[in-house]
Amino acid sequence: MDIPYTVEARPDTGVYNAKVGMWLFLASEVMLFGGLFSSYILLRVGAPAGTWPSGLLSVPLGTINTIILALSAITTLMAWVACKSRMFERFKLFQGLTILLAIIFLCVKSYEYRDKLTHYEVVLKSGEIADGHLIRREPSGDIVLHGHVVKEHAELMNGRKHVEHRELTIAKDQIVRMQNYGPWHNTFLAIYFTMSGLHALHILGGLVVMGYLWGPGSRMWKTDPDRFTNRVEVSGLFWHFVDLVWIFLFPTLYLI
Amino acid sequence: MSETSPDIFKAYTRKCGAVFAAVVCGTLLMVAASYAPIANHKIAIALVLTAAACNASVVAAYLMHLIGERKMIFTVLAFTVVFFIGLMGLSIWASQDIPTVVAPITR
Repeated sequence: MDIPYTVEARPDTGVYNAKVGMWLFLASEVMLFGGLFSSYILLRVGAPAGTWPSGLLSVPLGTINTIILALSAITTLMAWVACKSRMFERFKLFQGLTILLAIIFLCVKSYEYRDKLTHYEVVLKSGEIADGHLIRREPSGDIVLHGHVVKEHAELMNGRKHVEHRELTIAKDQIVRMQNYGPWHNTFLAIYFTMSGLHALHILGGLVVMGYLWGPGSRMWKTDPDRFTNRVEVSGLFWHFVDLVWIFLFPTLYLI
Repeated sequence: MSETSPDIFKAYTRKCGAVFAAVVCGTLLMVAASYAPIANHKIAIALVLTAAACNASVVAAYLMHLIGERKMIFTVLAFTVVFFIGLMGLSIWASQDIPTVVAPITR
């Protein structure tokens, strides 16, 4: 049995079914991310003055990732145009580039996560706070950080302020509490890991689909090139949506 | 000119180049606005979000082809916009709903 309207447009909607399906899915995705954005707004507006951290994330890395994702949106469109123009080799090239860019995006994101998970805030017995990246743990239990020491927690709220970092050796018996910058550290990092993590999962999902279309799924080109082209278009729509979400995530989490 | 013509490919390449340049400029503008010494923080946030909205519009219009899409797709999007505004409106309304009278505690 043939599935109807996989290639030709349905008379009542004017588009083929998969495209309508994808747009309906994207509409539900808007509500999913919209819920998270509204949570972010509520949490940020509700935070007492001076308690919401800023500048914790690397703006250069975020900018690079924004440009990588924008470039991948271009290559995924070019992959579809190559299919429409019946240039299969070009499709392979552009789809492959999209996959490569998506992998680079995830690598940069992983580096950023690793950077946060190795960044520690250590409360000392003197009441001061040591803040920096963990270099090593000594067998004695002492720790070595690359960072700086502050007197008040409020001094750690503005990450954009340039502070001289140095190697700090902290004795085990001087440590009252030690916690890394994971999602448990504060509300901002909780929402950062939730939103960027969900976005990264979307990247991963798109990567699987595009990888399939680039690899085993491309066999359909020989039997039904029009249907294959529509599949590429629909996966591209999803990819552009993922890019759109990042366009708002980047300023929300990194810049403001 | 047939749809399979390589000319279409070349035309799209030029269009994509322009879209990419616009998105990169928008991104750099966002970053610059966030570092600009603007005394009013709200204006800085508005500038950054406006640049983000412009970037998103370019992507949606040209890469997702919304500029020449069918009525059916716009109908789906119209519903999405209504629900999204409702969602954001509820959040803002809830954040403003602060009790002004504190009832005495009774034991």
